[in-house]
Amino acid sequence: MACFLVSAAEAAVVTAVEKHAENKEKAEIKETGTSVVSETRIPMSRKLKWLSYLLWGGAILLAFEHIWHGEVTPWFPFLTAMSNPADAAEMFHEMATVGVCMALLITGVWLGICFAADAIVKRPERAAEKVTR
Amino acid sequence: MTLLITVFAAVAVTVLWYNRKDDTMKLGTLCWLYWGASIMWLVDALFEYAELGADYFAPAPEEMLNDMFLGLSVVAFGLVIWLVILLIKDPKGSVRAALRRQA
Repeated sequence: MACFLVSAAEAAVVTAVEKHAENKEKAEIKETGTSVVSETRIPMSRKLKWLSYLLWGGAILLAFEHIWHGEVTPWFPFLTAMSNPADAAEMFHEMATVGVCMALLITGVWLGICFAADAIVKRPERAAEKVTR
Repeated sequence: MTLLITVFAAVAVTVLWYNRKDDTMKLGTLCWLYWGASIMWLVDALFEYAELGADYFAPAPEEMLNDMFLGLSVVAFGLVIWLVILLIKDPKGSVRAALRRQA
């Protein structure tokens, strides 16, 4: 019904945090003259960008699905479920269950990707050795 | 069916991204887009499975056709979003060069 709104809300917060982290990293580079971007470390702003792409991507494509099923309309109140209290209650229940689970799973997958990415960037020599063998 | 089509699109784009020569096509953006949608539809499918049980795997032909149509439309919509991002960011400078030539 409107489960994508939970991920969209998280995406908005993550985008704001990502911009803040990016500005902080830029200021750090200006101050110290050294870049936080190294061959063995992925900057936090880049990792947050991955999460925001995952969340925005999912939320936008799911919003498209909801338009397809007539659950989202271009006129007020935009969500057809908001037209009567019974449907609205069902919608909020779906947001609290399905929507929250979607946001949690995406965040969990992103954490896994971050750990894997950190491990991968720390082993460039090993991979290069295997290729030359 | 929508989940299945989106997962196939995500896998195909990820393979293309892995074999890329440079980052000028911004394929990473498309990967995140499709994987994000796939994860969200997976949760949707799990909740539906919990509700319907084995019936979830036996949809009516009409329902399946509509879901397939939706899945293909979602993939097309994702491609359009990616194309707009690619043209706006213009990593190769092709749009800029074309516009300057016309000016």
